[in-house]
Amino acid sequence: MAAQTNPPRTLFDKIWDDHIVRTDEHDTALLYIDRQLVHEVTSPQAFEGLRLAGRKPRRPEANLAVPDHNVPTSDRHLGIVDPISRLQVETLEANCREFGIQLFAMGDPRQGIVHVIGPEQGLTQPGMTVVCGDSHTSTHGAFGALAFGVGTSEVEHVLATQCLLQRKPKSMLVSVDGELGRGITAKDVVLAIIGEIGTAGGTGHVIEYAGDAIQALSMEGRMTVCNMSIEAGARAGLIGIDEKTIDYLRDRPRSPKGEVFEQAADYWRSLNSDPGAEYDRVVRIDAANIRPQVTWGTSPEMVVPVDSEVPNPDAVADPVKAGSYRHALTYMGLEPLTPIAEIGIDKVFIGSCTNGRIEDLRAAAEVAKGRHVADSVMLAMVVPGSGLVKQQAEAEGLDRIFIDAGFEWRDPGCSMCLAMNADRLEAGERCAATSNRNFEGRQGQGGRTHLVSPAMAAAAAVAGRFVDVREF
Amino acid sequence: MQPFETFRGAVMPLDRANVDTDAIIPKQFLKSIQRTGFGANLFDEWRYLDHGEPGQDCAGRPLNPDFVLNDPRYGKAKILLARHNFGCGSSREHAPWALADHGFRVLIAPSFADIFRQNAIKNGLLPIVLDEQTIDALFALAGGAVPLEIEVDLKGQRLQPSSGEPIAFEIDAFHRHCLLNGLDDIGLTLERADEIAAYEQRRQQQVPWLFASAAT
Ligand code: SF4
Repeated sequence: MAAQTNPPRTLFDKIWDDHIVRTDEHDTALLYIDRQLVHEVTSPQAFEGLRLAGRKPRRPEANLAVPDHNVPTSDRHLGIVDPISRLQVETLEANCREFGIQLFAMGDPRQGIVHVIGPEQGLTQPGMTVVCGDSHTSTHGAFGALAFGVGTSEVEHVLATQCLLQRKPKSMLVSVDGELGRGITAKDVVLAIIGEIGTAGGTGHVIEYAGDAIQALSMEGRMTVCNMSIEAGARAGLIGIDEKTIDYLRDRPRSPKGEVFEQAADYWRSLNSDPGAEYDRVVRIDAANIRPQVTWGTSPEMVVPVDSEVPNPDAVADPVKAGSYRHALTYMGLEPLTPIAEIGIDKVFIGSCTNGRIEDLRAAAEVAKGRHVADSVMLAMVVPGSGLVKQQAEAEGLDRIFIDAGFEWRDPGCSMCLAMNADRLEAGERCAATSNRNFEGRQGQGGRTHLVSPAMAAAAAVAGRFVDVREF
Repeated sequence: MQPFETFRGAVMPLDRANVDTDAIIPKQFLKSIQRTGFGANLFDEWRYLDHGEPGQDCAGRPLNPDFVLNDPRYGKAKILLARHNFGCGSSREHAPWALADHGFRVLIAPSFADIFRQNAIKNGLLPIVLDEQTIDALFALAGGAVPLEIEVDLKGQRLQPSSGEPIAFEIDAFHRHCLLNGLDDIGLTLERADEIAAYEQRRQQQVPWLFASAAT
């Protein structure tokens, strides 16, 4: 049979091939998009574009919208105080009404960060193409979906046509082999990968994560890894399907039901790379070498294990790299060779689409339990990724653990991940954050961000400085 | 979109690697629901000494004299010369909007972040990738007392610096075609509506659950 002589394909190849509507003479594919998630920051100009051209969404029901970037995380009953943020959220509401798109509004218990609620609702399913006007759309790849961030023009393009014009990216396999040590989390894995391949290491590629250590991760952990694919420069990250994926999807509100679920699950099980499939690039990482990671600079690749020190730019041969190290150290207010464990912090942020899911809150609560935030830490906040994560955490009593330990327990949203709402760092303040970007000014102008796992963030809150959570 | 025509412009050298979209346009300006007006806040945190907020008149704000954009030599620059991984970070299209609104038409770097590069092209900005050595040479030329000028010929895929040899560059044929003709992608795709409908019908047979009404 012809099918058997086909060369082995990667998971990425399979999803890509299944979504080609047509290919043009320039080798650009018209790619069908199954699902689009919409938030308030990158959509207003897209809806405006539709309106100006007199166009309608092709399949309004293929979209779901939610405000997350601008929403306040406390005193929600007061509404959004900042008039400009409020206008943006209200514009989203008005656009969804006008164009017939479902919205989880601020008061809805299902509201949350767009990349947390997609999987939580079962909106993200294996084999799909998923887009959102947000780079961390890569998160959804944990379900064996091809999920990537797009710009506002492309948001409009998908609304109008349910398709995108795309050149096929290259493929890259990142295999994390062997077993992770005790206390090493998905966040440490992905930071270690970025440290290894660099923030441009995945440019032009879709990364597939594989290997025993990835297989062993929970779905939440896999989402954390795929989430930060963009910090490795990749457009998307994905992981093959196994029974964990299928179990997670069972009984989600938007998952198929009954017999159709079983039919879907059979198909989903076929969504793995074939043995012998070829990748354009392969990177292998030994899981046993991964230690708890802490970023020291202003790019996620500027990362070291907690039991080491800030690097010395003088020892860096490449002059451009040495220059950016010096720049970063000045911005971060750090001296070369300072041990990471001697860096004291002012604030702690636990949340974001990287680490704002229930498992993350459990890991942080386990460390916080029976302890207290250090006096030198002026604010330690926990921001659940969604209203449902918040409910679950409260049902498990995690909120009490955090509050008793001196953490603030907030309402769901992006919050201090990018500080578009009132939650932010002041100039010079140093933060242990579970989010994904440590760029200059990301958490507030002049703010200094160190990226860590939830357990490491909680431990830093208690100690007032970075500590190795394995010895905590 | 305006068709991209050959032009000659001055080069502003921005000698930093990994310039991210948060640096190109800080998040507070993302609250706008418009597509225009971002130029005055391009590189806001590097460019001004105070903290910028949306809606503010930037004319009276204190400028950072050390930032290259404030150097009078580059006041009229249309070409931005940068280091590797330019535009990394978020998918915000506000970044190319700000660059274009300020007056840039061409970006030259050893590499660009993927989403940023796509967004740039959709807004008529031409991202050109050149090897590190050529970039180093251009940085050396651009730092002189008289700004370097380059003639950009997209059709011929050629740069002609005011001093030195012409430089050929590669660009994806489809992107080149769109830029040269100022094509609207959505209009192009809508011409394929029948093919899209046929695809949907086929998929509906194979994976019906993807087409079940999603609303709950
Ligand atoms: S949590 Fe942060 S990274 Fe995630 S979507 Fe929100 S702003 Fe973006």
